[in-house]
Amino acid sequence: MGERRTWPIHLLLVIASLIMVVPFAWQILTVFKTTPEVARVPPTILPQEFSLHAFETFFSTVPFWSMFAVSTGSLVLRVVGQVAVAALAGYAFARLPFPGRDALFGLFLAMLMVPSQLFLIGQYGLIRDFGLLDTLPALAIPGMFSAFGTFLMRQAFLNMPQDYEEAARLDGANPFQVFWHVMLPMAKPTLAALTVLTGLYSWNDLLWPLIVSPSGENRPLPVGLAGLQGQFGTDYPTLMAGALICSIPLVLVFLLLQRQFFRGIASSGLKG
Amino acid sequence: MTSSVKSANRPGVGWALLFVAPATLGLVALYLWPFLSTLLKSFQDVPAFGPATYVGLDNYTELARDGAVWQAFGNSALYTAIVLLGVPLAVVLAALIEQAGRGRTVYRVLFFLPVVTLPVAIGMVWRFIYNGDFGLLNYVLSWFGIDGHYWVADPRFTIYAFAAVGIWMGLGINLIILGAGLQAIPKAVYEASALDGAGRMRQFFHITVPLLSPSIFFVTILTVIAALQMFDLIFIMLRSVNNTALADSKTIVYLFYEKAFVQFQQGYGAAVAIVLLIVIMIATALQFRLQRSWVFYG
Repeated sequence: MGERRTWPIHLLLVIASLIMVVPFAWQILTVFKTTPEVARVPPTILPQEFSLHAFETFFSTVPFWSMFAVSTGSLVLRVVGQVAVAALAGYAFARLPFPGRDALFGLFLAMLMVPSQLFLIGQYGLIRDFGLLDTLPALAIPGMFSAFGTFLMRQAFLNMPQDYEEAARLDGANPFQVFWHVMLPMAKPTLAALTVLTGLYSWNDLLWPLIVSPSGENRPLPVGLAGLQGQFGTDYPTLMAGALICSIPLVLVFLLLQRQFFRGIASSGLKG
Repeated sequence: MTSSVKSANRPGVGWALLFVAPATLGLVALYLWPFLSTLLKSFQDVPAFGPATYVGLDNYTELARDGAVWQAFGNSALYTAIVLLGVPLAVVLAALIEQAGRGRTVYRVLFFLPVVTLPVAIGMVWRFIYNGDFGLLNYVLSWFGIDGHYWVADPRFTIYAFAAVGIWMGLGINLIILGAGLQAIPKAVYEASALDGAGRMRQFFHITVPLLSPSIFFVTILTVIAALQMFDLIFIMLRSVNNTALADSKTIVYLFYEKAFVQFQQGYGAAVAIVLLIVIMIATALQFRLQRSWVFYG
């Protein structure tokens, strides 16, 4: 297809890309405007009077760094927990026979199909009864266990050759050593995919943090940002600044690790 | 290696149980038990304080008579139907990107930006764009002589406005999954058809769509499930700013959140969640039934 013209394709894609980018561009331009300028009709495109008040208002009213720390801390806890728990279980489901294995795996699959809202009332009850409301662990604990993660890891281990494992076992390695030194290193692409998917979900999640941080202490970024909107409903430059600053960390990570993000999403598609 | 050596070296059951214990404990305590308790609570009256009482099917009969519930299901259905239009759009865009040569990665990154942006932030930006008085959308429409609306303050338009954002947000993920599917189609198929004189359009409808149909089906399933669970956009664009359109624009999951965690009517909330589960199961089963007529497993 090399001789075919590609400019019509690029023309269509550039138009579509503009629709993707314009909202972000508009957000960034708005950040530098004054509040009265934003309400002008017709709107000004470039800031008439360059202003940084939005950043000042945002940082002076919102504990950004503590929210950032809560978001990051709960993400790390959740990702490390889930990857460890899911990799261990996934390996056993793929390679270590035990009585009732298929039935237990069936239970994991069944839970995989239930929408997350069905668990929220019970999970909230547990977190409350253990006195964990408004704490960092509350944000991470349910997400440390995942039927989907277990399923993904099992698929990865199922597709690996048996030879290395047998060889290590003959050398006298116990199952944990085989898992840790031989199998886990080979599962790196899947581990990376699971890390990206879990991290993305943890960072973006609104509903669960909203439920378990009723007092507003230890709020992650999405909950804090929603609160900012309640407080400054019409101060659009401040709102846009908050939305921008809170979103930048993950966007930067994505730009650095695009390949891992794309592979992670594509691997979630492979389960179909 | 003989089988006797193999079995002699088989690890014991103890190891296996040790490996699955953390995941199983977590699954039972944080998923299976909560699921069963939601099911149980849907048959109970659960006051915020004090013991729950068994009320049989009362929550469900009340729910069936509750206009707000029907409206929420209607809103979610409408939202889902519109967001589904994003699937054919993603198929076309994925095919275009696949043929774009060098620029491919740039396009993929641009379409993926909303996926890595906080949904809360996206809701805030779009609420601003949709502003009826000085929003960007109405300004752009005015270039074409079209009168704007109060997109998120007028309940006649809110669901459509949300759905447009839903499509915009979901494209990035759909493009990656469809892109992986496209790469699995052998290039020789296209080359052979090009030799036969097939143009791009014919190739798209006669090669790309049928060979990609398993991925399209998967993306459709994911899209429907996610759309039926829409919550973030409505919370950000309506609730956190006390918008009066909220009363008529609730989705199922929003209604569930409000009943279970704002009004703390957990029995009623649980019943809403169970009905959501049934709706999602029916929608998914229906799609599996329909796929027989259009998904092509080569």
